[in-house]
Amino acid sequence: MKISRIARYFPFRSRGKKPRRKPAPFLTKERVIAKKRHQCPFCHRHIEGGELEKNLFVCPDCSHHFRITPRERILFLVDADSFQETEEGITSLNPIGFPGYDDKIRRMVNITGLDEAVITGIGSIDGNRTVLAVMSFKFMGGSMGSAVGEKIARAILNGVEQRLPVIIFSSSGGARMQEGILSLMQMAKTSHAAARLEEAGRPLFIVLTDPTTGGVTASFAMLGDVTLAEPGALVGFAGPRVIEGTIKEKLPESFQRSEFLMEKGFIDLIVERKDLRTTLSYLIETHSPEGVIQ
Amino acid sequence: MKKKKREIEDKLQELMALAGRVRIDISDEISKLQDKISGEEDPLVRSWATVQLARHADRPTALDLINRISDRFLELHGDRTFSDDPAMIGGIGTLDEIPITFIGHQKGRNLKENIKRNYGMAHPEGYRKALRLARQAEKFGRPIITFIDTPGAYPGIASEERGIGEAIARNLKVFSTLKTPIICVITGEGGSGGALGIGVGDRVFMLENSIYSVISPEGCASILLKDAGKAREAAHLLKLTAPDLLRFGIIDGIIPEPSGGAQNDLPATATAIKELLRKEINTLRKMPMAQLLKNRGERLQRFGEFREPDREKEAGPANKFLSQLREKVTSRFTLG
Repeated sequence: MKISRIARYFPFRSRGKKPRRKPAPFLTKERVIAKKRHQCPFCHRHIEGGELEKNLFVCPDCSHHFRITPRERILFLVDADSFQETEEGITSLNPIGFPGYDDKIRRMVNITGLDEAVITGIGSIDGNRTVLAVMSFKFMGGSMGSAVGEKIARAILNGVEQRLPVIIFSSSGGARMQEGILSLMQMAKTSHAAARLEEAGRPLFIVLTDPTTGGVTASFAMLGDVTLAEPGALVGFAGPRVIEGTIKEKLPESFQRSEFLMEKGFIDLIVERKDLRTTLSYLIETHSPEGVIQ
Repeated sequence: MKKKKREIEDKLQELMALAGRVRIDISDEISKLQDKISGEEDPLVRSWATVQLARHADRPTALDLINRISDRFLELHGDRTFSDDPAMIGGIGTLDEIPITFIGHQKGRNLKENIKRNYGMAHPEGYRKALRLARQAEKFGRPIITFIDTPGAYPGIASEERGIGEAIARNLKVFSTLKTPIICVITGEGGSGGALGIGVGDRVFMLENSIYSVISPEGCASILLKDAGKAREAAHLLKLTAPDLLRFGIIDGIIPEPSGGAQNDLPATATAIKELLRKEINTLRKMPMAQLLKNRGERLQRFGEFREPDREKEAGPANKFLSQLREKVTSRFTLG
């Protein structure tokens, strides 16, 4: 057995290195929560990782909602063991041969432990079965390429086939430029799927989370029968920097936040993370097919 | 010979740079030079030349084309909610005595017109006007023809306040199941969501020197290539020319332009478009509505290239992992 240099000089550690407890993959890859101290970007308060986690990644003081990963989101939302991933393993190609795109994807898969920027599946919330699609901003800015568009469209069509409601948590910088025109077409594809769901008479619930911009805002994210948003989420078509570039002025911090959209009439309700579960389960129950007047 | 070609190319680049800097119109010179080096030249030069032609100040606008294609055209205004957007035009025309609803982005010819038309960049009310006219067309069984030529939807405060994202999204959804034939023609710049907002149809065609892209070459250069000066490279990388899009199956055909570009011969361009539209309208009008909608839906769902594993339906690693994790985490905090 090879004796490490440390073991040689410090014989009291000769029992070998204490085997490190292997943490769950998503905690190591997507976020190292428990060990880290976090600082709230708004009130600058320091928060211990554990405390933040207990509070569903919401600052206990100013209720700033931290961005969370799709898996954490699903964990908070669905009933234990009820979630089944459906469009697993659909991954991106490099259809227009954009230089460096393959590498970028590989890197993102490594960092996030996800196949693509969205997880889709079927689960239940308080016993109400529903189709769920949750986007990840960490994966290339949640950008929508062919794979993301396909997964979301199929998830919505699963709702049509199985006559289930569809809930989508949007979080995206827009279309994935590296796939050129094909990424633009995903807007049409997902919107058509939403139209099919409407024909089937099943509801589409959208939860806008920070940030949702670009092609996603201009397609399924604005097509919900009920559109919810987390507090303080940035939601818009053109990003603030693009608009600042056009008008050559600085925009106020409140511009394009969910409160702004609520004021302008584009979302139904701002819901805090701790209330999302009850709100969504209420919505699903009130949209159940049994309640429909024939 | 090779040396001469390089000289011409250099000259061409110089002219294009000049045109970009001072916004004067020297595109005739550009197109003459393009003719000289057409054929076997560098694809990089060719893509960029197409971008320049697509943005040419004298390129036929929607109204130019509609007035030549339609026997008569009655322009209709307003979205009935907020205002009338001059960057988006629409109305009722005819093609071989068949009533048609025309919709299109409208650019201006000079500075004054362009200020009025906002360089063809529509606000939400423009898209809502298009939607109103499209629903009207459905109601009265008129086919819809759209002409796309826009740098994109307008990125401004007013645009956001009135929900430009929602306006485009609504159009995509409604157009995808509208019960009337829709033909889209990209005549100049097909700029991202702003173009797609009136670009969902049963048939999509592009003029030979038009472009259709998810982002402008300049935008792509500054975001992805981290150098705003690399627009030429970006134009090539984005694969935004008509032959590229035909290869990806996004469009159904390319409409040839007169030599040097559509701006050189408006009547010939209009005739070429009219011939094609006549043929396509006849085909689409004969199709049963259910078949038309099915084909349109299948067309939209076909877009995209991705990898899909052959797999049995079973709990994959992500699911297994998720349930393991849930056990660990549920003990630490309460859900809901």
